[in-house]
Amino acid sequence: MAKSIDVSDLDIYYGDFKAVEDVTMTIPARSVTAFIGPSGCGKSTLLRSLNRMHEVIPGARVEGKVVIGGQSLYDADVDPVEVRRQVGMVFQRPNPFPTMSIYGNVLAGNRLNSRRMKRSEADDIVERALRGANLWTEVKDRLTKPGAGLSGGQQQRLCIARAIAVEPQVLLMDEPCSALDPISTSAIEDLIHELKSEYTIVIVTHNMQQAARVSEDTAFFNLAGAGLPGRLVEMDSTKKIFSVPEDPSTEAYISGRFG
Amino acid sequence: MSAPTTAAWPTPPKKRRMGDLLFAGATRTAASIILVALAGVAIFLTVEGLPGLTAPPERMGGEATFLAYVWPLVFGTLLAAFIALLIATPLSIGVALVISHYSPRRLAKPIGYLVDLLAAVPSVVYGLWGIAFVGPALVPVYRWLEENLGFLPFFSGPASGTGRTILTAGIVLAIMALPIITAICREIFAQTPTLHQEAALALGATRFEMVRMAVIPYSKSGIVSAVMLGLGRALGETMAVALVLSATRIVTWDVIASTSPSTIAANIVLGFPEATGLGVNVLIATGLVLFVITFAVNFTARLIVARSEKGLVR
Ligand SMILES: Nc1ncnc2c1ncn2[C@@H]1O[C@H](COP(=O)(O)OP(=O)(O)OP(=O)(O)O)[C@@H](O)[C@H]1O
Ligand SMILES: [Mg+2]
Repeated sequence: MAKSIDVSDLDIYYGDFKAVEDVTMTIPARSVTAFIGPSGCGKSTLLRSLNRMHEVIPGARVEGKVVIGGQSLYDADVDPVEVRRQVGMVFQRPNPFPTMSIYGNVLAGNRLNSRRMKRSEADDIVERALRGANLWTEVKDRLTKPGAGLSGGQQQRLCIARAIAVEPQVLLMDEPCSALDPISTSAIEDLIHELKSEYTIVIVTHNMQQAARVSEDTAFFNLAGAGLPGRLVEMDSTKKIFSVPEDPSTEAYISGRFG
Repeated sequence: MSAPTTAAWPTPPKKRRMGDLLFAGATRTAASIILVALAGVAIFLTVEGLPGLTAPPERMGGEATFLAYVWPLVFGTLLAAFIALLIATPLSIGVALVISHYSPRRLAKPIGYLVDLLAAVPSVVYGLWGIAFVGPALVPVYRWLEENLGFLPFFSGPASGTGRTILTAGIVLAIMALPIITAICREIFAQTPTLHQEAALALGATRFEMVRMAVIPYSKSGIVSAVMLGLGRALGETMAVALVLSATRIVTWDVIASTSPSTIAANIVLGFPEATGLGVNVLIATGLVLFVITFAVNFTARLIVARSEKGLVR
C-alpha cells in the first residue's frame, strides 16, 4: 500500500510570499527520505504541501504538481480530507488530544471514517498500532488513562500510533524527535526503521546523524538569500550526500561549516 | 471576586517605589469598593426584606405565607431563564463557531461586530420588540404547537391570542443573552491550540469533525462559564419581561398560554409603583430571594467549571 511521491515544478506561497520555489523530486516508496537544510528554507512548508495541510493556513497556496501513487493531489476534484486520510503526519511537538484517553487517541482517525466498529475490532486496531509504535508494553495496562499523561517521548510514539492506525500510504514526520531525549529519540528511530517496510516515510530533521542513520535518500534545501524562496539544492542517496555531495553548499552544511 | 494581590514577593518596605504604592492602593480601593457595594446590597435587602417575610396576607396577593407568595415567581424566573438558555446556548455556540472557524476572515469581523451590537440595545427596546413583533408573529406558531403537540404539558394551551407568553419572554431573553455567550465562546474557540486542530485535520477530519474533536472538548469549561454569565443576564432581566408578561403568579408548565408565570424582577418593577408600607418590604424580600438564586447559580457554575477543568489534563 506504500506509494511513491512525484513532485514537479512546485512553488509554495504564503499569501504573496513565495516560500519554496521550483521543487522537482521523486520520493521512492517503502523507504525513508530525509529533508535537511537550514532553518527557514521551507522543509516544513514542502512537507505540509504533501498532504494538503499547507492550505489550512489562511492565504496559503501551491502551484505545481504533486502525484502520489498516480493520483494528482491538487486536481480540482480531489478532496483534501481524503488526501489527509491517506497521507499521515507526525508533528514536531507531540499533540495527543488532551481530553481523550490513550485508547481514544489511537482510534481518533479510525473513528473519523465514522464506520461502526465492533469492540473487538477496535481493540485489535489499538493493539496493532501501539505495537507498531513500540508503545504497547508501556501503556497496555492504562489504555483508559489520558494520553497527555504520558512522557514526551511516549506521547510522540502515541501520535505515531494514531497516524499508523488508519494505515496510511505515506507517513510525513516533521522533526519528530526534536522535543525528545536521546533514549526516546533512539526508540523512534528504531521505529522508523521498522515502519519503512510498510510505509513511504518522509522525515524532516536538523540532526545530521539522524538523517544519516535512518534515511535511504536525502534532499538538501537551501535559501538563495534572506527573503528569497527556499530551493531544492540536491537529492541523492544518503550515502552519496554525506560522502561526496555534488554541491559545495551541501558539503558545507553537512560538515557544519555553514553560515 | 477575591481582592487582587499586588506584590508577589514581599519587598522591604523602604524600597517600595511611589508608583507601586499608588497602584497597590488604587487596586485595593477598587476591590474594597466592590465588596462594600455587594455587602451594602446584601444588608439592605436583608434589613428591608425581613419585615416582608411576615407581612399579612393582604400585602402578599392573598397568600398566607411569604413562601407561597414567592414560589410562583421563583418558578417563573427559573422557567424563563431556562427557556432562554435552551435557545441561546446552541445558537451562541453556532454563531461563535461561524465567526471563529467557518466564515472567511473578511466576514468574521463584521458578524462579530453585529453580535456585539445586540448587547448595546437597551432592554426596553427588546421588551417593545417582544410585544409588538415577536409575540404577534408567534401566535400562529403557538396555535400550531397547541394543535399538534398539545399532548405535551408545555403546549397544552389554550394558546395565547396576543403571543405575550413566557415562551415569547424566553425568546426575547435568549436574544439578549446571545451576545455575551457568543462573545465569550468566540474568544475561547479562537484560543484552541493550533497544534490540536492540526492534529485532527492531519488525521483527515472535516472541519466539523475537527471542531468536535479538538475545539469543543478544549472549550467545555469556558462554554459553561459563558452560559452562566448569560444565565445571569436572563435571571436578572427586568424590563423586557415586565413588558411582555403581565404579573400573574401562577405555576404552570404551559409555556404558550396567555396567563404565564411572571418573574421576580418583572414582578418588582410592575408592583413597586403601587406598593406601600409592608408591600415594599415584601417586594424587597423577593429581591433578596433573586439575589440568593443568582449567587447560588453562579457558585454552582464555578463548581462545575472547576470540576471539569480538573478532568482536563493540561
Ligand atoms: N504560517 C506562515 N505564514 C507566513 N509565512 C510562513 C508561515 N510559516 C512559515 N513561513 C515562512 O516560510 C518560510 C519557510 O518556513 P518553514 O517553516 O517551511 O521552514 P523550515 O525549513 O521548516 O524551518 P525550520 O527548520 O526552522 O523548521 C520561512 O521564510 C517562514 O518565515
Ligand atoms: Mg520546520
